[in-house]
Amino acid sequence: MKLPDTQMQWLLGGIFALLLVASIIGQILRRTLRGEGAAKVVANLNARVFAWWVMVAVFGLSVVLGKAATMILFGLMSFLALREFITLTPTKPGDHRSLFWAFFVILPLHYLTLGRGWYEMTVLLIPVYAFLFIPIRNALAGDSEHFLERTAKIQWGLMVCVYFVSYAPGLLQLRVPGYEGQNAKLLFFLVTVVQMSDVLQYVWGKLCGRRKIAPRLSPSKTLEGLVGGGLSAVALGAALWWMTPFTPLQAAGMAAIIVVMGFFGGLVMSAIKRDRGVKDYGELLPGHGGMMDRIDSLCFAAPVFFHAVRFWWT
Amino acid sequence: MIARLFAFGARVFTGAIPRWRGCAPEPRLRVYFANHSSNLDVVLLWSSLPGVIRARTRPIAAHDYWTTGAVRRWLATRVFRAVLIERRNVTRENNPLAPMVAALREGDSLIIFPEGGRNPSGEIGEFKPGIHHLAREVPDAEFVPVFIENLNRVLPKGEVLPVPILCSVHFGTPIRLEAGENKRDFLARARGAVLDLRAT
Repeated sequence: MKLPDTQMQWLLGGIFALLLVASIIGQILRRTLRGEGAAKVVANLNARVFAWWVMVAVFGLSVVLGKAATMILFGLMSFLALREFITLTPTKPGDHRSLFWAFFVILPLHYLTLGRGWYEMTVLLIPVYAFLFIPIRNALAGDSEHFLERTAKIQWGLMVCVYFVSYAPGLLQLRVPGYEGQNAKLLFFLVTVVQMSDVLQYVWGKLCGRRKIAPRLSPSKTLEGLVGGGLSAVALGAALWWMTPFTPLQAAGMAAIIVVMGFFGGLVMSAIKRDRGVKDYGELLPGHGGMMDRIDSLCFAAPVFFHAVRFWWT
Repeated sequence: MIARLFAFGARVFTGAIPRWRGCAPEPRLRVYFANHSSNLDVVLLWSSLPGVIRARTRPIAAHDYWTTGAVRRWLATRVFRAVLIERRNVTRENNPLAPMVAALREGDSLIIFPEGGRNPSGEIGEFKPGIHHLAREVPDAEFVPVFIENLNRVLPKGEVLPVPILCSVHFGTPIRLEAGENKRDFLARARGAVLDLRAT
């Protein structure tokens, strides 16, 4: 355990203040607004704020506790996300053994290699070895019906829920010259920008959203929401430059990458939900849906952000 | 204590969310009847009940299976307080319905699987007539249809190691034997109630 440095204290304090303000506004709205429709919206808002307290507490604590705790936290998040993903996509008894391997061998092994800093193995395990292993195991099970679909679904689940998500804690393993021992703040930067981008796009969309971008995939996504929320999130990212190895302009550019990839992540994961005819992946947190609903943007933003940092700053 | 831990573990592993869609979890005299696709059905349904109700609810279990080995016997008698019934060599003396009726008359609710055996495909088979007999013998009991979703994917037939797929337990609107309703109609209506829960 390591005490957070001054910058981290400022960041945690800022998030704490923000949530406090949100909670107070939520309580004021609850007392003042009348009418069934309004009460429902406010109840949903308060449920979301409460869930944010829980998420910030868990995430903040694990980052403060150190690398191992962060790896375990993200490993659990991957586990819950994969579980929601597999539940939603129909599997057959012939997939059972492959699934057991995916949940209880491949996933822990992947996080183990990441935690130990075996970068080569971390990068290869799921896209190459698990990719080969899953169809082999399914073929041995002897059921050819929808073989490609069933195999691809498990491979996809592992890639999105485990491999991509793990790039976020993977930031802790980068060696940025002159930034040693401070990588937790890079992780905070990523997660803050991703999550605030989601929230700001939602708020902007509610305030002035008109033109729907993909009405069939995700009816709540509007052009106004994307532009307003996206630009606000980029501004927020730029304003957080002091805790990163970036200049303000670079921080804005990195935030823009995160916002764009996060948006597409949300869009793709929504398309899967619509195809299966559901609104949320799960019911883990009231108001937020499941784990997958919470981290869909992160899945797509984390690998690109990681490689951008690795390419230009290490 | 052990029962509570056991129930908690089962719910965490399957991520099971009880959905009380047709009735509230109240401590009434009830017979919960559910589809049967996995050996874990009984554990999951029983675990989905709130502690107070669970303490007064007994699953029906096969005597031959649950008395083989010390662990199973201990689970069945001490943890689940199962009503053990005979599947084979049924005679007039050990009529399996008698202990069920007796348990209900003592004020305990029951968990039954009227299909008689497991249907690992997830389909719901025809109901055996026992449930009709219970409804006739104990008219003050509510018969609650229950649909257990996805558990056959957690542990398909013949597998030993489970995978953590999310399950749901849906509780429907209670039914009773109507005046003048014959056996066939009641069985069809009961099965229909479970099928309706699956469809929506």
